[in-house]
Amino acid sequence: MADILGEVIQAFQLIFTGNPEIEGIVLRSLFFSGTAVILAILWGTPLALVIALKEFRGKTIIKAILNTLIGLPTVVLGLILFLIFSRGGPLGFLGLLYTPGAIMLGQAILITPILISIGVSSIESVDPEIMNLSKTLGASESQAQIAVLKEAANGIILSDIASFNRAIGELGVVLLVGGNIAGGGNRTDVLTTAISRDVQISELGLAIALGIILVSILFIINISIIVLRKTNLIVETAKGSFAKLRKRKGELADQ
Amino acid sequence: MALLGPNGSGKSTILKILAFIENPTSGEVIFQSNEVNYKNTEKERMQSTLVFQKTTVFSTSVYNNIAYGLKVRKVPQSTRDEEIKRALKLVKLEGFEKRNAKKLSGGEQQRVAIARALVLKTKLLLLDEPTANLDPKNAGILEEVIDRVNRENKVTIVMATHNMFQAKTVPHRIALMDEGKISEVGAPAEVFNKLSRNLASFAAIDNTFIGEAKITSKGTTIVNLGNNLQVEVADQKEGKVSIFVNPQDIILCQQAVKSSARNVLEGKIAEIIDLDSLVKLKVDVGKVFLVQITKRSFNELALNIGADVCIVFKASSVQIL
Repeated sequence: MADILGEVIQAFQLIFTGNPEIEGIVLRSLFFSGTAVILAILWGTPLALVIALKEFRGKTIIKAILNTLIGLPTVVLGLILFLIFSRGGPLGFLGLLYTPGAIMLGQAILITPILISIGVSSIESVDPEIMNLSKTLGASESQAQIAVLKEAANGIILSDIASFNRAIGELGVVLLVGGNIAGGGNRTDVLTTAISRDVQISELGLAIALGIILVSILFIINISIIVLRKTNLIVETAKGSFAKLRKRKGELADQ
Repeated sequence: MALLGPNGSGKSTILKILAFIENPTSGEVIFQSNEVNYKNTEKERMQSTLVFQKTTVFSTSVYNNIAYGLKVRKVPQSTRDEEIKRALKLVKLEGFEKRNAKKLSGGEQQRVAIARALVLKTKLLLLDEPTANLDPKNAGILEEVIDRVNRENKVTIVMATHNMFQAKTVPHRIALMDEGKISEVGAPAEVFNKLSRNLASFAAIDNTFIGEAKITSKGTTIVNLGNNLQVEVADQKEGKVSIFVNPQDIILCQQAVKSSARNVLEGKIAEIIDLDSLVKLKVDVGKVFLVQITKRSFNELALNIGADVCIVFKASSVQIL
């Protein structure tokens, strides 16, 4: 027990003294997962638009598959990607295995289903008349789609954040295609893989420190969403009561 | 021009086709001697705009809502600001630019929708029951705007309605629609004359009833609507007629009252349609009458379905066709 306490104290010391090792791992994690989200947004958002707005055969099945893929064990996806990226695999010639590129690509693929799935349902919940409204005001097909996307902005942002959460906290894919390389020019160890390694080599203090940071990152992201929404709400309510006040003043003036 | 017909008669569909946002399943659309097809829809769409029956606003400021069509048309910012200011003044929403459109009342939202359509100065302005769900104050403002734009800017307006009163007073020409077809077109007086001979299909329009009319010794007309229901009408007419009572002209009471109005009918509330600032009630007095009251009165009277009520209207409020 005293040992664990000692490790925890060491963990806090590591966090607050600004250890360059930890700093590197954190920045790498943020960078890899951030890039993965951007990649997934680039191909996921147009796909979500198509699935939500177009009527085609097999739409329900595609949605069901997407929902299934959300729950896919990451280690299974990691294995599949490992086979694809490995020397003998179909994309082996790219030499991506055990590089940062493989991690970013792997995470992007991992979060695509969740990004599309939440995106589709938020686009579908937009008033269907918005599309017609934009068109009757002169918008072309693609301009009308952008208008729908803007109406769904809240849900779209939520899907992006949820995707980032999943990417940064994910272990299986990063471990299998990234290789958790801690040395050389192209380090591929990130928060999750570093924790797993540090536990194995009994560097518990470091593992605890990284764990605390990982959870803190997730917590900060989620709390800021809530605060952002709240402030928006506060602004709106303020506007509303201000309008009421003005109206009341107007009524008084009328009398 | 107004399109008059019951719900589901195809008014909204024809408007969407005219707005070039829906394609006809058969036939072709000719607009200003051009055939409109998939090649030029996006261009022709610039010439006409539709205000929907169900008020739809973008969830952004009033300014951005109205600016949308102007931005698409690449109108410069300064002109845009001016046009928006003018349009807001027209619909009596001056100074509302920065307000969130979604937080406005239903009536105000519909006025934003009209302003948003007006700034585009299209040759064709399509209105799908623009006042159907509005209280009399908002409806009045809109009717005034529509009338003014039609007169001053020489805009062609096509408006769908199932309010007989509006169809009779607002437009120059009306077209009757039923089951997807236009059955009569002409000046309102002319069409309403024909209508009286061909009534059956129009019974679906709110507060329109068919009956047997007899002139009384007092100089008014009694119309027997069946189900032991008689309505007294100020105008004189005999034989098979149809009558229309504007829902706004009907007063709702909780008990039968002595009144100077000639028509006092007792019945039960059959349906309550809760709209933004007003409530529409269907009252079964042998025939179902649509009555429109404000939300405030509705709350004060604490009404619910099945409640015994009584409706009152003057003989002169009844339009006889």
